[in-house]
Amino acid sequence: MNDDELPKVPTFRRGYRFQFEPAQGCHVLLYPEGMIKLNESAALILEQVDGQQSVGQLTDALAERFPEAPGLRQDVMEFLEVARGRHWIELR
Amino acid sequence: MDGTGSSFAKPGYEPGPPLWLLAELTYRCPLQCPYCSNPLDFAKHHDELSTAEWIEVFRQARALGAAQLGFSGGEPLVRQDLAELIGAARGLGYYTNLITSGIGLTEARIASFAEAGLDHIQISFQAADEEVNNLLAGSRKAFAQKLAMARAVKAQGYPMVLNFVTHRHNIDDIDRIIALCVELEADFVELATCQFYGWAELNRAGLLPTRAQLERAERITQQWRERLAARNHPCKLIFVTPDYYEERPKACMNGWGNLFLDITPDGTALPCHSARQLPVAFPNVREHSIEHIWRHSLGFNHFRGDDWMPEPCRSCDEKERDFGGCRCQAFMLTGDASNADPVCSKSAHHGVILAARQEAETAAQPLDQLQYRNERASRLIAKA
Repeated sequence: MNDDELPKVPTFRRGYRFQFEPAQGCHVLLYPEGMIKLNESAALILEQVDGQQSVGQLTDALAERFPEAPGLRQDVMEFLEVARGRHWIELR
Repeated sequence: MDGTGSSFAKPGYEPGPPLWLLAELTYRCPLQCPYCSNPLDFAKHHDELSTAEWIEVFRQARALGAAQLGFSGGEPLVRQDLAELIGAARGLGYYTNLITSGIGLTEARIASFAEAGLDHIQISFQAADEEVNNLLAGSRKAFAQKLAMARAVKAQGYPMVLNFVTHRHNIDDIDRIIALCVELEADFVELATCQFYGWAELNRAGLLPTRAQLERAERITQQWRERLAARNHPCKLIFVTPDYYEERPKACMNGWGNLFLDITPDGTALPCHSARQLPVAFPNVREHSIEHIWRHSLGFNHFRGDDWMPEPCRSCDEKERDFGGCRCQAFMLTGDASNADPVCSKSAHHGVILAARQEAETAAQPLDQLQYRNERASRLIAKA
């Protein structure tokens, strides 16, 4: 994902639902007849996908929250690229 | 555990949560597919849980960690309380899936389910060819209705899975099947080669494709995948091979009583769709809590762990990968549900599988000799 896409707004693809599952102690992404267990960093990023914030805004929000994390911006962009490639999210 | 039953939990064995809850709401169905997974003697079981009983099942299973809920059957649309059940399940936090033939669906019902919070609709087809589809379904209007409803599901914004059960009489049409699914804008396509349980097992000689048919279908599916990926097309093709052409068994249900919980129309709880035929006592939700059923019942603990395995599974270094395969298949083909699944080439009964492959080459049954799934045939089978 390149800088041109910073103003775009990520949203979950219709039918994909992000939620916390107490029994599993983690966030999951639910989709037709399937479920992906998310690790903590994936969950932190997807939690920001609210249909309002742009890629730039959510990256800023995470960088502010975790100022010590090295290479955070790049990690977030790479993760969003993977999520888009797997058709979990769309960029508008 | 509740007061009524003893605990048969295995010491040191902690099952995972029942992540997948399948609610087989009814065995009633307007279609007659000859590969239906319902029990052959379904006509013996007319009793159905009430709306309140189903909602209580959903609540208890959700508390144990169930996340995916499938409304299935028979045809779940024959239940007039379906929208209410969907609403209750969605309110509990489930991802709700309607698994339907599309018969009985209308645009108004699709809209009412959306309002209740339904997440996804899966429609099954019998073939891409109208005539073959309707012959297999036992209904002259089925295909046109399915097409109309698939379009309506997408028009109302749902994600959609299209399911084609494939077998020797439709698998050669796989290219047309996939083209139809892409045209209908399916998000996922299940190309599920018949699994031989229930009515499909009865009709195996008329359904099992040849190896050449299967390999061709897989090749064409792979070509479609590459074409779709090159266009960044979101449609995903899922090809389910019949285990009859494998040398190692499938890890059936990802292990007995490990993540899948099936509740049948009358409330009998099963670790898979076809376990009802096994000589194992299965608990009923009218008598026991879901927690008791899942953790402590004899039925759900019967084939957990590996202390029940005879040879060749017992000493096999692959037993943790495939759990010895499918208990129902072992029972149907060897008479003993503890045996290795005969799909395994290490099984002393593997010859049964080899003979079925041979039969597919030389002695297959034509379409018109299949035993269709209906009330009359089921009553005859139940009597015998």
